[in-house]
Amino acid sequence: MPTRSFGARIPRNEDPRLLTGRGMYADDVRRPGMLHAAFYRSPHAHARIVRVTTEAAKALPGVAAVFVAADLPEAIRGPLPKLIPHPTLIHHKTQVALAGQFVHHAGEPVVMVVAESRYLAEDAVDLLEVEFEPLPAVVDLEEAVEPGSSTVHEDLDTNVAAHHVQRVGNVEAAFARAPHLFSERFTIDRGASSPIETRGVVAEWDGRTRSLTVWDSTQAPIRIRNYLSQLFGLPESQVRVIAPDIGGGFGPKIMMCYPEEIAVPFAAIALGRPVKWIEDRREHFVATNHERLQIHDAEIAVDRDGRILGVRTIYLHDAGAYCAYGLTVPIVAGTTLPGPYKIANYHAEYKAVFTNKTQTSPYRGAGRPHGVFVMERLMDRVARELGIDRAEVRRRNFIQPHEFPYDLGGLIYQDGVRLVYDSGNYPEVFRRTLEQIGYAQWPARKARYRRDGRRVGLGVAFYVEGTGIGPYEGCRITVEPSGKVYAATSVGTQGQGHYTSFAQIIADALGVAPSDVFLTTGDSGAFGWGTGTFASRAAVVAGNAVNLAAQAVRAKALAVAATMLEARADDLELSEGAIFVRGAPARAVPLGEVARAANPLRGVIPAEWEGPGLEATRYFAPPSGTYAGGCHAALVEVEPETGGLRFLRYVVVHDCGPVINPMILEGQVRGGVAQGIGNAFYEKLIYDEQGQLLTQTFMDYLLPTASEVPAVEIGHVETPSPLNPLGIKGAGEAGVIPVPALVASAIDDAFSDEEVRIGEMPLNPARLREIIYQARTAPAPA
Amino acid sequence: MADETADAAALRPTPRRRRARKPQSTLPVRLTINGRPAEGTVDVRKTLADFVREDLGLTGTHLGCEHGVCGACTILLNGEPVRSCLMFAVQADGVQIETVEGLASGEALHPIQAAFRDHHGLQCGFCTPGFLMSAVALLREVRRPTDEQILETLGGHLCRCTGYQGIIEAVRAAAGTWER
Repeated sequence: MPTRSFGARIPRNEDPRLLTGRGMYADDVRRPGMLHAAFYRSPHAHARIVRVTTEAAKALPGVAAVFVAADLPEAIRGPLPKLIPHPTLIHHKTQVALAGQFVHHAGEPVVMVVAESRYLAEDAVDLLEVEFEPLPAVVDLEEAVEPGSSTVHEDLDTNVAAHHVQRVGNVEAAFARAPHLFSERFTIDRGASSPIETRGVVAEWDGRTRSLTVWDSTQAPIRIRNYLSQLFGLPESQVRVIAPDIGGGFGPKIMMCYPEEIAVPFAAIALGRPVKWIEDRREHFVATNHERLQIHDAEIAVDRDGRILGVRTIYLHDAGAYCAYGLTVPIVAGTTLPGPYKIANYHAEYKAVFTNKTQTSPYRGAGRPHGVFVMERLMDRVARELGIDRAEVRRRNFIQPHEFPYDLGGLIYQDGVRLVYDSGNYPEVFRRTLEQIGYAQWPARKARYRRDGRRVGLGVAFYVEGTGIGPYEGCRITVEPSGKVYAATSVGTQGQGHYTSFAQIIADALGVAPSDVFLTTGDSGAFGWGTGTFASRAAVVAGNAVNLAAQAVRAKALAVAATMLEARADDLELSEGAIFVRGAPARAVPLGEVARAANPLRGVIPAEWEGPGLEATRYFAPPSGTYAGGCHAALVEVEPETGGLRFLRYVVVHDCGPVINPMILEGQVRGGVAQGIGNAFYEKLIYDEQGQLLTQTFMDYLLPTASEVPAVEIGHVETPSPLNPLGIKGAGEAGVIPVPALVASAIDDAFSDEEVRIGEMPLNPARLREIIYQARTAPAPA
Repeated sequence: MADETADAAALRPTPRRRRARKPQSTLPVRLTINGRPAEGTVDVRKTLADFVREDLGLTGTHLGCEHGVCGACTILLNGEPVRSCLMFAVQADGVQIETVEGLASGEALHPIQAAFRDHHGLQCGFCTPGFLMSAVALLREVRRPTDEQILETLGGHLCRCTGYQGIIEAVRAAAGTWER
């Protein structure tokens, strides 16, 4: 019997290429006669541009052109597209390709220089003279919403872009009758996704065919193609956008469009020569979207047994200078917060606020870590205040397996659909996690650590994650005469292993080896419909499209082979690259020959074949997102003298439905945990009062290394989703989401005999040491 | 601020004077790369990484930060791992360089490359060449490295995708499978 590929731990198809230096990342693209762009970026957080003097730069030998805002055609001179509008988003401000009148954050591009080499382009940038009139910078999030605050945008009298309330039940009534109310402030500060590959764009204009080709390190090549077509007035068929190999995405590489994604193609068209721009790391820190800063004032009402009566959070969300991407992050934060718990009365209210800082947009987790941090901190608080075990408090509030589909009472998720959890088994995930970490034995072990003078805490955090949102993705699959299978889908890949996981789905349908399936992803020239790789959706949405297309090709292969073998289609089987009559394996025909027969040189194609070849295109459009869930637990040791932190053990039990490739899934989870550790303990972007980013190198913005990241023990629970034929749920963000909540919980536990309480993220050793010191020197409560 | 003004002024003399102050802007470079001789005339300010990628066309060596932290650009120079973003090409005159393109023989992956594949030691692949080159240098020097030695070597590299576990497992495994 052929073995099933789905579910198997298969090495990746893309690895040999990437391991031998044959990857093709944006910076590896070389075109004949290619020029190089560099940008002059605003040194001010907020200023009026008085004068730009470009003569010296233009005169430098090797400089092809210097462009300022006034040089751009009108269609691309104004604000760039508004993505994802929302009724409450009153001031949907978006960035411009080159700033002409005002700059709204340090790092905003003002002038583009194009030269024979990047070295020369940067020389010319140094020769530019730009005169600014500095304006007051709005930096502090809370001050930004105070009456009388100066404003980020000159034409607005407020910094509030949106004020949005979602309510379920009646929180006021629930709070009024609750025996216990606990309120607390939680802050999650700014961070940067920091893929090891920065952004990059290479654009080439073919004047003969009047067509534009762009290689772009984007997570959404099709949408970039669509916007380029719209902004440059070119037919979509004349614009091809290729997302080549991408060195990590994590969210901020989807932004239709960054200024450089417009300016570089413009230069290529204007100059008639290919132009390349590769972001350097310092640019990346100021010019690629950030995430995270939210301040929540949260309150929970519980009965005497710790059952939740109501939760309210009122929060500020730092949009940065613009909010092109809409309200995704604050919406996701507010709708993720309830998590696995039954909360009959819920109130989530936020203001999205402009500040003179780099724009924010979704970064792996995209608001989920914020919501989980607030909710899980509140659950720990309830447990502590009521003297109930924190695991027991959670168990008393879990949604039970028989309660699915579970309607959250009218919350609207980021996809605009009423939030209904499709399936899950939270008590079982929780039980498995606690068993694995040894929760029952923990009090005794903790006491032993304390006797040894060690501060070790057990942290635990649960999350539910909306994944796999629509609207749709598609796939075209072709069996070639060689018997190899070619598939094209537009979702780009940034390391998630799509060349393998999609091949596994196809291999099962067509009876071929996964290594005989070749894929193109993220090239509008190969497949022109799609939205992109984000929100843990590629496996769910594109994966199901791949499956539908593969099943359609299978049906056609059987129909054609039935004619060739003079058998009934339902008597045929596909296996090992051939189609044979069940029970008579000698009556067989190779799949490649069937493909050839389906594309004859002469003769007639039967109407029921619906065209030539073994080929099909299918789309999958889910009715709504599907909800994965999981629990993390860890033993964390704190060194009070240094504020240092070490993970002794880390356990993840995760439920994303059936697993296509456990190796790839575990890689996603492990990588997410590493990023989560950075989010929790090392990575914080720090601005000064003038809006200057002080952390602009990897020497002051610290990514976790191999020494900081523990081995992660991973368990799977598989509750299929009823919302798609494969039953799968997304997993791309699972690792990252609960880590800040977990680290806070572990630190609290390590100091359970002292008043060390964590309400902010990210921490670092200096800050943690300070918190411990303050707790130890604070006067005892009266 | 006074310094900044002086710096800015220094950057803005007439272009002619600026060029006149450049005595020797290019120099010849000869070196051996992956066992083959290579030569070129390069701008003295060109980094070794840019020379390898642009002049020699070996784009497997990647640039992640250009300030010597991420390790993606690591190559072997006379057998020693170095950050090619922190060296000028002209400093590499006369040396032997190994890059990721030199590891596999034909279609057969080098044992370290195979171990990375078997243990899922890569996802997006961008940082991978740097990790591979440092791992090669470690395993040439130490037959059976301890976990501490492995962490010390890998600690000089940033990976944003894998969480490092697969990379650590791959290096451990390659210590056993690489006959050397």
